Order: sequence, then structure tokens, then C-alpha cells
Amino acid sequence: MDAVATATPILDDTFAALADPTRRAILERLMEGEASVAELTEPFAMSQPAISKHLKYLERAGLVSRHRDAQRRMCRLEAAPMAQAVAWLEGYRRFWEANYARLDDLLERMKAEEAGLPSTGTAAGSDADSQ
Amino acid sequence: MTLASTFTVTQPSDTEVQLTREFDAPARLVWDAYTKPEYVRQWLLGPDGWDMPVCDIDLRVGGKFQYRWSHPTEGSFGTQGEFTEVTPTSRIVNTERMEGFEGESIDTITFEEANGRTTMTMTMRFPSKEARDGAVATGMADGVATSYDRLERIIDTFE
Repeated sequence: MDAVATATPILDDTFAALADPTRRAILERLMEGEASVAELTEPFAMSQPAISKHLKYLERAGLVSRHRDAQRRMCRLEAAPMAQAVAWLEGYRRFWEANYARLDDLLERMKAEEAGLPSTGTAAGSDADSQ
Repeated sequence: MTLASTFTVTQPSDTEVQLTREFDAPARLVWDAYTKPEYVRQWLLGPDGWDMPVCDIDLRVGGKFQYRWSHPTEGSFGTQGEFTEVTPTSRIVNTERMEGFEGESIDTITFEEANGRTTMTMTMRFPSKEARDGAVATGMADGVATSYDRLERIIDTFE
């Protein structure tokens, strides 16, 4: 997963935690709601200790918290760090994609001009038209 | 038209960020769009509401460039640098100093054409990891959130 950049040590932890497919699957399951370690182990061909190790990793990254519910240890998704990590990189990506979408439009006009065709686009603000 | 299905943002190292995007045009047109002020002003604008009153480009080794953007309520922002390598239609290397940031980044921009399409790769190498992270964070500051709706429409087309 190299299509990510990092802003702070916290984000580094977040991205490292998200780099593993098992941990991503655990997070996806927790998006549906809290679950015990046993419940989280069920869908995987892995031992409970192996899953617990992944959970500790996620806990350290602040993505998962654990608490006791009656006799069971429950795991809960902590959404804030993940939202922060995604927003940070997505913001940069969107910033540039807005530029590149305008560049797409400009290049279409330049090609048309070169071919001697009448230009159909407009300068800025034609993003909606290009779709 | 396929949009940013080929757009990637990566970090080749702790101090670099790299943008790779394919365009449906030959390299010479992408080159012109990237290096001629009358074209640059039309696309290198960031969020809605910003314009580019200053866009000076002296495209030769040792030549300088200066960009300034302004917004009626958000203020203005500038960046400038010097070209250290100019290989027409294929490669540019320049230094860059952004206002409000310490130190200088080295930008390498390559244009690779295949089958009439061009992949433009921009690699920015910063003096430190902190500088890189700060510069990337700027991309989402200020007006980006306010233009979220327009950007969403763009995002919808490639995800």
C-alpha cells in the first residue's frame, strides 16, 4: 500500500495498521458493530492468539479499543484516526484531481484547435461538462 | 472519457511525494499546457474561487518561474523557483520555494508518451519529512473543504 503518504507519527501507525489484509478485514467487521475476539476469529483461518496479535496492533494505532461486557472482552472501532488518515491524503488527491480535470479539458481544446476544429469547451469551471 | 483511473499519489521515500496522471494527449501538448503561462493559468488553480494573477515562466536552465494565486476572501499564496534542467517535451527539473515553508524542494516532472497518451509524473523532494508533510497538508487547507461539492462530482467519475 504505497499510495499513501503520512503526516504525523499517529498517521504512520494508522497506515501501517491498515497495510495488512487481515487487519483491514477486522476493521470492516467492526464497522458493523462491536464484536468479541471469538467472533472476530470466526471468519478467519487463524488461531485466536494470531487474531489477538492483530488486535493489539490495531489498538496501538488507536483504531480499536477493548472493554469488558459481562464476561466477554469486546472490541470496538475507533473511527477518528482512520477518518483523519483518509482525509489527509484524500484532500491532497482531490486538490490535484481538480487541477488535472481542468487540464483534461484544456488538452481537449488544444487538440481541437490543432485539428482546425472549433473549440467546444470553456475555460475554467467546465468540469461538469467534461463528465 | 476515462478520468483519473490512472491517478496515483505515492511516497517513494520519507521526503518525497509523487503524483502520476495519464492524459489523453501527446506529450508536446501536455508540455505546452504545463510550461506556457496562457495555458497554466487555465488549470493550475486549486479549489473554486482562486485565480492566478501572476504566472511568469522563463523556461530555460537558470531561468525562474513565479506563481501567485489569489482568492477574494482567502488571501493569496505564492511559490517560485529556478529551472535546473529543461528537456523539451520530456523532462523538467526545478527548485521550488513555497511561501510560508522553510527550505527548498526539488521538483522533477516527466512526460512520457505512449500511443498518443501522456503520463505526467511530478516528484517533489523536500528537505525533510516534516516539510513534505506540511506541504501536502496545505493541499487540503483553506478552500478545499468549501469546494467539496464540485470536487465530489469529479471524484464520482473515477471511483
